Amino acid sequence: MNILCAGLNHRIAHLDVRERFAVRDSEMADLLGRLRAIEGVSGAVMLSTCNRVELYASSLCPMRALEGFREILSERGGVEAPLYHHSTPQAVRHLFRVASGLDSMVIGETEILGQVKKAYSLASDAGTATRPLHRLFQHAFRVAKSVRTETQITSGPTSVGSAAVELAGKIFGSLAGRSVMILGAGEISERTARSLQSRGVRSVIVSNRTYERAAALAAEIGGMALHFDHWEKSFPDVDILISSTHAPSAILTPDRLAPLLRLRGGRPLFVIDLAVPRDADPAINDLDGVFLYDIDSLEQIAAQSLSVRRREVDRCEHLIEEHVGGFLGWMRGIHGAVAPRLT
Amino acid sequence: MESAALLVALPCYLFGFGHTLFALGAGRFEPGRFNFAAIALGAAAQGWYLFLLGTVRHACPLATLPEVLSFLGWSIALMYLVIGPSYRLSLMGAFTAPLVLLLQIAALLLPARPDVARRVSNPWIEAHAALSLVAFGAFGLACVAGLMFLVQEGQLKSRQPAPIFHHLPPISVLEEAVRGLLRTGFLILTLSFAAGWFARLPVSGMKSWFSLSLWALYGAELLAARARRLSGRRLATVSAATFLLVLLLLPVIQNLSHPRTP
Repeated sequence: MNILCAGLNHRIAHLDVRERFAVRDSEMADLLGRLRAIEGVSGAVMLSTCNRVELYASSLCPMRALEGFREILSERGGVEAPLYHHSTPQAVRHLFRVASGLDSMVIGETEILGQVKKAYSLASDAGTATRPLHRLFQHAFRVAKSVRTETQITSGPTSVGSAAVELAGKIFGSLAGRSVMILGAGEISERTARSLQSRGVRSVIVSNRTYERAAALAAEIGGMALHFDHWEKSFPDVDILISSTHAPSAILTPDRLAPLLRLRGGRPLFVIDLAVPRDADPAINDLDGVFLYDIDSLEQIAAQSLSVRRREVDRCEHLIEEHVGGFLGWMRGIHGAVAPRLT
Repeated sequence: MESAALLVALPCYLFGFGHTLFALGAGRFEPGRFNFAAIALGAAAQGWYLFLLGTVRHACPLATLPEVLSFLGWSIALMYLVIGPSYRLSLMGAFTAPLVLLLQIAALLLPARPDVARRVSNPWIEAHAALSLVAFGAFGLACVAGLMFLVQEGQLKSRQPAPIFHHLPPISVLEEAVRGLLRTGFLILTLSFAAGWFARLPVSGMKSWFSLSLWALYGAELLAARARRLSGRRLATVSAATFLLVLLLLPVIQNLSHPRTP
């Protein structure tokens, strides 16, 4: 018995290629049935995410399984599918790396584990997950958990939005019930506000020099628009201030903020300055209870996290290698010698 | 027997501290579990030590400075075990364990003074003395939470947070912990004074005035915090500074209240 992994991912196929081969959940049972009908294939699990379309199959004849899969995919996509393929033990290693987030576009992202679990669950429901595949995927979940808890591969935020969310969490704890004000309706401000909203932020106030633009953004994200001249009136209730105006000089200065801060009852204020040139005078960071982050510092935090994650890759690979050995030991126990490599 | 109990307590605190440092260094820190268990075991052993000492004394073991320090350390550990989990303050054990360890080591290194052994049979006096130190246990933990606040606030202000930043709790949670612990300590200290009043203890001497001044100081801190006149940073600073002042002055006060017999 051999484990075959074949598919395409973000490394070898551009988005417009990947989207041709993507499989919806509603199509999965039918496709899995077709895959299992390929000669020599005893079981199949299909993983389809925005970054990859992969088949994991248990097969006595991996080459035939690969050709059958290629035909089915090419038929679906209308073009020849550019596939990579691995057989045992590389296929096992590949799944463990995928489930652990090592093969993801953003190293260490954890969403992939949920997607792998879903793929396995769909195959189980369709009755196409055989014993080796059950064992393989259960093992992959354990590997992912172990990699996540024993290394720092998931540590820290990896984008400006997630860095802002993490910092806000370290200032306020829960973001539920917190209030955000956006000064200047820019695209990054909107994305950052949406990230904060996804963590429970209560209200968003949008203020822009062009009121119509503020109103449009407010309507889009479920906030409230405010004339730019009036933003200071709502300031005492705001916990997080996202600024990205096109002002030629700083609009948030210590002189301007100090009297406003006295109205806040000592509550901390998180200022996210996304504007270039900057809207906030760096000196406001010295005010008691004010935490200022500009675009550079947020990007630096994201880059720092990515660098920590990259440094952890070797430790993760080492852990995965131990688990690959464990899984192969189990396979040898039930099937005798593991079949040779496919290529 | 007492030394055996201490021999168990000290390595537990040391292990709690060391394990957290090692886990943080290796990037494998998981909040709570090991240091909580280590401090719980350490506190149990230290409690046993104090119980045995009290059995020998026929009184609360608070006659000498080493005993006071040991009791204070135990109170801080006890407060951590009660308060820490309710606030989900990961890493607090790592900050608490060295303080308790330091107090216990100081207690061991300082010479015992058999000449000041207390012979008290009034339960109000016992309650007064024990409650005072439990209150200072809460103030000690407020100092720990305050120091954690200052570290975390420094990380946030620096805009280049170190790895410890990810493991420390949010500053709002720490500020709430400082307030809660100060309130708890103040309430227990007030109860301790009430017990002293029932025991008809005279309000005279350096120790009494020192205790009353501290009570007033903590009360003023609480009032200022309630009126929002103290920001989180200032509250954390004053709570840490006040407790460190207590630790510095404790030997002097203890010496003045139990002058060496000629």
